Amino acid sequence: MYPASFEYYRPKTLAEAAALLGQHREARLLAGGHSLLPVLKLRLASPPALIDIGGLAELKGIQARAGALTIGALTTHAQVVSSGEVAQHCPILAEAAAQIGDLQVRNRGTVGGSLAHADPGADYPTVMLALGATMTASNGRATRDIAADAFFTDLFTTSLQPNELLTAVSVRSYGKGTGGAYVKHKHPASGYAVVGVAALVTVNGGTCEQVSLVVGGATGTPVRATAAEQALRGQPVNDATVGAAVRKVAEAIRDPLGDVYASGDYRVHLATVLAGRALRTAAERARA
Amino acid sequence: MKVPVSVTVNGATHAVEVEPRLLLVHFLRETLGLTGTNVGCDTSQCGSCTVLIDGEAVKSCTVLAVQADGRQVTTIEGLAQNGKLHPLQEAFWEKHGLQCGFCTPGMIMTAVDLLARNPNPTEAEVRHGLEGNLCRCTGYQNIVAAVQHAAARMKG
Amino acid sequence: MATIFGTPVKRREDPRLLTGQARYTDDMVEPGMVHMAVVRSPYAHARIRRIDTSRAAKMPGVLAIYTGKDMQAAGMGNMPCAWVVPNSDAKTPPYPAIAVDTVRYVGNAVAVVVATDRYLARDAADAVQVDYDPLPVVVDAVKATEAGAPQLHAEAPKNLAFHWKVSGGDVEAAFKQADVVVKDTIVNQRLVPNAMEPRAALAKYDAATDEVTLWVTSQNPHIVRFLLGLTTGIPENRVRVVAPEVGGGFGSKIPHYPEDAMAVFASKMVGRPVKWTETRSENYKATIHGRDHVQEVELAATKDGTILALRAKVWANLGAYLSTASTGVPTILHGLMLSGVYTIKNIHEDVYGVFTNTTPVDAYRGAGRPEATFLVERMVDLLARELSMDPVEVRRKNLIPPFTDGYAVATGLVYDSGNYQAALDKALQLADYQGLRKQQAEARAAGRIMGIGVCTYAEICGLGPSSVAGAVGFGGGLWESAIVRFHPSGKVSVMVGVSPHGQGEETTFAQIVSSELGVPIEDVQVVHGDTAQTPMGWGTYGSRTTAVGGGALAQAARKVKEKARAVAAHLLEASVEDIDYADGKFFVKGSPSKAKTIQDVCLMANVAWNLPKGMEPGLEASAFFDPPNFVYPFGAHIAVVEIDPDTYEVKLAKYVAVDDCGKVINPMIVEGQIHGGIVQGVGQALWEGARYDDQGQLLTGSMMDYAVPKAEHFPRFELGATETPTTVNALGVKGIGETGTIASTPTVYNAVMDALAPFKVKKVDMPLTPERIWRAIRDAQGS
Repeated sequence: MYPASFEYYRPKTLAEAAALLGQHREARLLAGGHSLLPVLKLRLASPPALIDIGGLAELKGIQARAGALTIGALTTHAQVVSSGEVAQHCPILAEAAAQIGDLQVRNRGTVGGSLAHADPGADYPTVMLALGATMTASNGRATRDIAADAFFTDLFTTSLQPNELLTAVSVRSYGKGTGGAYVKHKHPASGYAVVGVAALVTVNGGTCEQVSLVVGGATGTPVRATAAEQALRGQPVNDATVGAAVRKVAEAIRDPLGDVYASGDYRVHLATVLAGRALRTAAERARA
Repeated sequence: MKVPVSVTVNGATHAVEVEPRLLLVHFLRETLGLTGTNVGCDTSQCGSCTVLIDGEAVKSCTVLAVQADGRQVTTIEGLAQNGKLHPLQEAFWEKHGLQCGFCTPGMIMTAVDLLARNPNPTEAEVRHGLEGNLCRCTGYQNIVAAVQHAAARMKG
Repeated sequence: MATIFGTPVKRREDPRLLTGQARYTDDMVEPGMVHMAVVRSPYAHARIRRIDTSRAAKMPGVLAIYTGKDMQAAGMGNMPCAWVVPNSDAKTPPYPAIAVDTVRYVGNAVAVVVATDRYLARDAADAVQVDYDPLPVVVDAVKATEAGAPQLHAEAPKNLAFHWKVSGGDVEAAFKQADVVVKDTIVNQRLVPNAMEPRAALAKYDAATDEVTLWVTSQNPHIVRFLLGLTTGIPENRVRVVAPEVGGGFGSKIPHYPEDAMAVFASKMVGRPVKWTETRSENYKATIHGRDHVQEVELAATKDGTILALRAKVWANLGAYLSTASTGVPTILHGLMLSGVYTIKNIHEDVYGVFTNTTPVDAYRGAGRPEATFLVERMVDLLARELSMDPVEVRRKNLIPPFTDGYAVATGLVYDSGNYQAALDKALQLADYQGLRKQQAEARAAGRIMGIGVCTYAEICGLGPSSVAGAVGFGGGLWESAIVRFHPSGKVSVMVGVSPHGQGEETTFAQIVSSELGVPIEDVQVVHGDTAQTPMGWGTYGSRTTAVGGGALAQAARKVKEKARAVAAHLLEASVEDIDYADGKFFVKGSPSKAKTIQDVCLMANVAWNLPKGMEPGLEASAFFDPPNFVYPFGAHIAVVEIDPDTYEVKLAKYVAVDDCGKVINPMIVEGQIHGGIVQGVGQALWEGARYDDQGQLLTGSMMDYAVPKAEHFPRFELGATETPTTVNALGVKGIGETGTIASTPTVYNAVMDALAPFKVKKVDMPLTPERIWRAIRDAQGS
């Protein structure tokens, strides 16, 4: 409940923030604070310094252009939920954001904070992987793009360098012919995803042209259910083909996580059930 | 090392120096003596500490006081205007939406945001909207009734 | 004036609570106040080899650090167990407030730090270095009694705190006559009470007067004061205990806790007011847990469904030490209720109270009665299933017939009054039970998993006659007292010994006084919670506040009224027998126009210019009420659940509750109590459960892991009521604080088992998580 002492820095620019991060290797970045502060309050971590990037205007805002949507790292979940651009170009993101935490958490928690924290029970990583999102990182001098599948490396671990900040995430827009769905089994206490499944399906003349299916919560990082995707791709979308694809979801999940509420076995079962629901809903939306 | 902050709480601006680690809820309760905002957990679950920052409901146990620098904070003490209870306060009283009262300030502050976003919520929407607020006494039924009652009153 | 008794008066407590003006213990500030943090054991069982406070002592703001040895050296006493059941070979090993040489559960205090603010106190507490020699750990009550299990206390071989028995009739003979015997092993899992306000204590020792004031989150400040005398050695008349606004308790704020004694000790030592406030994670370790029974049960019946006998063996996990009321909960409050609402002539139960390396277990909402009701209601449903009878029909066959002046059950209790059929009929009608069964058949045909659960219950509350308290080993009385004081202006102050903390008695008690004495309700002030302002009382728990405290209050009000009648007679120059009373006015029989109001009488009594010869001035009375019996509210609950056929999540679709708590003073408040109780009981059935690993680490150690029910988990409940008054108190009221919790766990559990019947699933341990149901179905289908 009472964080240990730390030094506090509030940079005014991204460059300044990156410079501070370079100087203070053990420092942690503070955005909305909804991943970091709970950890500090329980003293599970006691970093010597916090760099408060909450005021950096360059990390805010949602922009749609040329078939892509770019979301600033400091965008809150609530802003994603209510964004017209997100609703139009990438509604699955809003569907996922609306299921994060609760109203108060969504008002403070940020897209960048959630992605950089890489909690296995978080919702965005699953969706970002399904969307093939690109993370943009900056060290103050240079920026680089990191594909979602290279970004989440382990539980609570990303490929960000110690001196890098996540500044934005970009996803491709999708429209007519493609549908997305994020389906989640919420932990009754924490609200985190015990399992969350994101599906994107492109249907053309009743046939599944393209499909992306990702399972989160079951393992340290979200995983793509490639065998299931392959089984559905090129097939007519119906109960039989979706059923056949879903039976291959379990193949993607190695060493599932387990806890008091849900064992690894049950998570695999959930992943299978929720994948079916996500695929069916996404396909329905693709046809709409 | 202390950091200067200027926070406007219920309309009054407070320029003080605070420890960076000071949580907003302790700034409100201990620095300013506004003890209406309660602390019920330490993992951001219970919502007892909910206040408004620039009109949005937040859990003040998961915000540093330094993060509220330059912001407008509204607590339960600031909700009644000129001695007149806010319609949500009235409705909680009318509908018996509280028992021990400990979760009540947070519950009401969340409901303020909820009704700002959705002035005419269904029962299911209210129940879902309060997922970040725990109450151990009321069984929620009368809280839900109170929020809907207030919504009807606020529409006039 | 129409009587206000029985009407939904808005609560007078609410304005201060709604505006943030209410003052809970942690809101209190005293000049010079400092903060206390507790260093707690990370081990479930270990010897303390060494405590090094040197680094912590030098940290900023630190005033003092104390260990168990320091408290012992200063002559502080051990934590007392205030309820030791007799004839049970009970052992009460020492329970020091701060562990001296051995820690016995994770969270056991090993030192306290006093510092100038709460952040600094925590910093220093983290810097206290303790070396431990870990010892073997046992967390399971059954395993703890087996040969070779780790031993917690030298005084308690096999970790047995007691072995208590209850017997009635001839169980052996009845089992021999039985056509059917159903058996089950029921795990009534451990729960974390989770009052929304964590515990807190603020102690202020005044060296000038050698007096101490303790503001504390308590349900019973008078008991805390009584016991503080034992733990701190400060005489009771120099201790003031105040329970200011208290944010829920549910039993968890009954005990006198180690931190109460530590705060008083620390304040005395540092000479400044000392405040301690628990964090939620700390609460999960350091505040009592509830339930935690393993029950082996057998029920004998004839083939027409008549229950002949019930036999049970119970292992009650008490945790590492005996908390204040711990031994009474799984015995008196549990075993004596095994007849439920049924005519079971033969009952036998053995209860083993067991020490384990876990947080102490004590009273939690319902305390013993939920464990009894679940046991009985589960066995009745198993019998119904065994005989392919409708669970309602089995219940009907065995219900105790309606009675108004006592019914003796096999365990020796005499229930006060009951009409169980009426409550069941009303619930069936409200729920449209036949219609639900039809819907269920349709749902099953459509591949849905739907279940209907029924429970009929009675519970023992309104604790209780003091003579019984003494006979069953309770270390105090169970009477209540009240003072009704008229001030010269006609305004009334009421001082009561009970200590409500959310139940609304400031309002219902004002309703009682207003109705008894004809004064406007707004003229009645109700004072509670401060031992310096209120008369002795035993506190708020066991749904006794209104039944016993309200009884005392009515008695005091009636004494005042009799005195007022005598004054009025004198003023009206009539004899007392000729004075009638109505709506706050006294008048000579037949001439109501010439009347004296209670305010007229009050003024005269207070100025005393013209009183009957020999009458003492003033208009005030105090009363002590020791009820002749407990009260036994009852009812019938029905739940409908729908289970997701793929994920196996349980959705509570409908809930009907019909409860009978005798006369109702404020129906709005009664309904609120039922709503809250239902949610807590459903929490146990579906989500809640404290789980330890085999090293005694709490796996559900915060609200992140332990699922306190949320608003979205529930439908709108449908309530009904019947009214069967009691003759135990002057008001005819029973209790309603715990019924919802007692009834709703078996109701929802039975509904889920009913839903799973087509899958041949007979048993799933609570909480009924989706995974457990998924596994049970797989196992049942596989076998």
